[in-house]
Order: sequence, then C-alpha cells, then structure tokens
Amino acid sequence: MSALEQTAAPVAPTGQDSPLTVRFDHVTHWYGNVVAVNDISLELGPGVTGLLGPNGAGKSTILHLLSGFLSPSRGSVTIDGVGPWRHPDVFRTVGLVPERDSVYAFLTAREFVTASAKLHRLPDPKAAAERALDLVEMEQAADRPIQTYSKGMRQRAKVAAALVHDPKVLLLDEPFNGMDPRQRLHMMDLLRGLGEQGRTILFSSHILEEVEKLADTVQVVVAGRLAASGDYRTIRRLMTNRPHVFVLRSTDDRALAGVLIASSAVQGVSLTADGLEVHASDHGTFTRELAKVTRDAGIGLREVVPSDESLESVFAYLVGS
Amino acid sequence: MYNSTVAWISFRALFGRRRALLFVLPALVLIVITLVLKNAHGTQSDWPALVLGRVGVGAVVPLTALLVGTSVLGSEIDDNSVLHLLATPVPRRDVIVSKIAVSAVTTMLFAAVPVLIAGIIAQGPHKLAFGCFLGAVLGSIVYSCLFVLISAALRHPVIYALAYVAIWEQLIASLVGGAKYLSVEQWSLGIAHSVSSSGGLDSHLTFTPSIVLSVIAVVLTTWYASERLSAFTVRAD
Repeated sequence: MSALEQTAAPVAPTGQDSPLTVRFDHVTHWYGNVVAVNDISLELGPGVTGLLGPNGAGKSTILHLLSGFLSPSRGSVTIDGVGPWRHPDVFRTVGLVPERDSVYAFLTAREFVTASAKLHRLPDPKAAAERALDLVEMEQAADRPIQTYSKGMRQRAKVAAALVHDPKVLLLDEPFNGMDPRQRLHMMDLLRGLGEQGRTILFSSHILEEVEKLADTVQVVVAGRLAASGDYRTIRRLMTNRPHVFVLRSTDDRALAGVLIASSAVQGVSLTADGLEVHASDHGTFTRELAKVTRDAGIGLREVVPSDESLESVFAYLVGS
Repeated sequence: MYNSTVAWISFRALFGRRRALLFVLPALVLIVITLVLKNAHGTQSDWPALVLGRVGVGAVVPLTALLVGTSVLGSEIDDNSVLHLLATPVPRRDVIVSKIAVSAVTTMLFAAVPVLIAGIIAQGPHKLAFGCFLGAVLGSIVYSCLFVLISAALRHPVIYALAYVAIWEQLIASLVGGAKYLSVEQWSLGIAHSVSSSGGLDSHLTFTPSIVLSVIAVVLTTWYASERLSAFTVRAD
C-alpha cells in the first residue's frame, strides 16, 4: 500500500468537511530587543505550504506563534478565528511536530503515540496509535525505545504522535531533518496526500529542494519579514526588475540570437555551450513572441528552458535583495 | 483535574533518569543516623525527636521533594520534551495537578515512609513515629506544590529551590519569629507535635494553623503554577 493510499483512511473520525483558516495579521514578535518576526500578515488555506528562509530568519518563531507557545508582541494570530496563545483547545484540530529532537526517549514509539492519543481523549487510543504508526511506516520498530532510534526515525515517531488525532492543521518544524532519502520521499508523499485531502499543512525548511518538491505555495521569510508569498513561479514572474533567463536550442542559434536581440522584450543574448542564453525583461511578451519570430525567421525551435524559475533562483534573488 | 496519562509519563520520566538514584540518599542518611544513635544511646534521652524532627522532617523531606519536584516538570522544560505534552488539549491545570501528585507520592515514598521507619527503629511503634510520618506526608505535598511552581515559573529551578530551603526554611524561619508562619517545615512539625505531643520537636505552631496555612499554600501554588504553565513560551535558540 502506498503512503497516499494509506492517508486516504482518516486516523480518527473528526471530520474533514470544513478546512480551517490560519491567519497572521500584522504580527510582530520580539525576543528582548531582537525582532524575530516583523509585521507579518499572511493567510493559509488547505494544501501544503512551505515556510522557507535561511537559518535564523524567523521560521520557528512563526510556527511557535501558531501553536500558542509564543504570544505576538503586536498583531494577532488566529486559527479558525481563535488565538492559540493560552488556548490549548486549538490542539484538538492542530498537530505540531517540533524541530528539537527532545522527546520522551524512554518510551517506545507505540507508547509515545498511544499516550498522545490518550491525551487527545480519542475514543480508541490504541487503534488511533496503530493507524498513525502505520502512516509513518513505524510498525516494525514501534516497540523499541525511542532512544535507540536514528534521528530520522525519531522524526517519524514525532509525526505519528502529531497525526494521531487527525488534525486539520499540521505544523512541522524542519520535518525532514535526519531522514534518509527513502524516508524523505515517503514523508513527502504522506504530507502531499494530507494536503490534497484538505488539511492545512505548514512546514518549515531551509532546504530549497524539499520545498520545491512538496509545497503548493511558499512563504519566504528573510530577517523576520515576509519577503514573498504564493506560488514561487508566480513570485518569480512578478520580479520584473530582474530579467528572466531562458536557454534555447534551435536549428540555428546564431541566427536566432540576431532575431531575438531586435525584440524590445529581450535585454541580451549570449551563445553558450548549452545553447542560446536569453535575458528577457518582459516574461509575458517574450514567451508570446518567441514562437512567431522563430517561425517567421525560418528557424526550428527545439527546446525552451526557463533557467531561473526554480525556487532556488527566486530565493537567491529575495535573500540577495 | 488529575490526568493519569500525564502522571504515567511523569513516573516513567522520573525513574528513567539516573537522577532517580539520588532520591534514596537523604533517606539512607536518616536511617544510618538513627541506627548509629540507637546503638549509642538505646531509647534513652530525647535524640529520637531531634533526629525525626530536624533531620527527617526538616531536611530529608525538603531535599527529597526538591530532587523530585524539580525533576517532574523542570527537566522536561529544560530539554523541551514538555512540548509534546503541551501540544495537546489537556488543560494546563491538569498537567500541574498530575505532576504535583507524582511528586508528592514519590516524596512520601522516599521521605515520609523512611521517617516512619526511622521512628519505629528509634522508639518502636510510638506516637512520635506516626506524628512525624503525618508531618512528613504534609510536607511532601506542600513542598511538591512549591517546587513544581518554581519549575513552572523559573529557569534553573534547582538553584531557586535549594536557596528557598537553605535560606528561608533553615535560616530566616529559625531566626525571625513571624517567618515561622510561612515555613513548610513548621507546618509539618505542627502536625507531628499535635499527634505525638513530643516536646523534643522544635514546633511553634499548633494543628489548626498548620493545616489551614498548608491548604492555602497548596491552593495558591497550584493555581499560580497552572497560570505560569498556561503562559509557557519556547525559548529562543
């Protein structure tokens, strides 16, 4: 059974009918004199959202504000209209996977997840724990003390404990830390499946590849500020002050370079070993005109690759600026 | 208010750490002192009241409660494992009550019961042993509330709890007359004296104020500890 098929069965029957809205409204948080989060407003809905930023950018602070383990110095944080600070009841619908490795290491994973189910007062804690362990593929090792686990296995035990009550909102702080590639892929499938089922998933990461593979939308945090929000390809296209870079392959790259440089949407072209590198100042006009001008010039266009539309490029631009 | 899952995790955490070995040390010292004095003086003189009062109720109970009370919550806050407990809808008051219950029962086991055993070794099944046992039971409960509160409210709870025992209980309460009304040791000795009528106990309070003040302390510390845990914040790295 694949991870996606497994997630189709809810862990506990709390109902998935109405997705919850997570909202930050002009939130600021200080640690003493240090501003960790600076006037952030955002809204999260169902699906997987990646919280991306360099170390120390404020990602964990945002997750702790959302889980009620920090209070906003200014602004408001709400989950379905309720502020999580001093309201532990929000954990009926919220699951949290903290970053730190501290866990009740003397318990086995089965004991740990069952205890979590009991603390959530689930009607059948053992069955809920078994389903959660099954989701993260921990059944085989579930009776070993957590202190004997690798870091990746501990992460999976923490995820199982956070999923045991079938939360509508799942917050994960660097969830892929310490996981091997197979575990990482499985966890991505699991989270993607949960997002497709209508849950609101927010995970933080400083690893671009993880966010790019998994997240429907990204929230880029740099130095406590929200640098960008949304689909990263859309974010990239909105960065009109930076030329869009494409690599083209054609039947005659040199001739194509001559044709393209005449276009007002193109800032520059250069012939490289990989093909013709084009710097377009206007993404929309360039992509609309490209097919026409090559056809008119009698040049066959073989390949068009946007080379800076990756999340890595977007992130580099945002952090650099 | 009492959550059995929180208590179960707390017991497992308490006895899963090497620090648990320390719990027996104060009791062991009390038993050894009692055996040595029993050999030296038999049942003559007033040494049993001094040992049970000063060493048992006055030192073994607060030290054991300190070790246990700061472990049941303080250690989890220190290593952040408490996040797994708090990332659930369990009311914070229930967490505190369960932690206090675990601390009080463990302290009774490792301090109040040894006081009873020491009393029986010293004088046989006498009123003094039973009175000091009841005083130690009361002390186990009140000290547990206090040390769990310190763990919920302050970083480095062991240092603050030790300062409280050494400075307030042992120094100020024995020197300043009015401070005796705010001394857990005096409340415990008040109970012990009321039951045993032993003049050798350095008790300055009677039964009623000891009980009333203890109940007030338990209610206030439990309430404030719950408030502090409700406002628990994750520390910045």
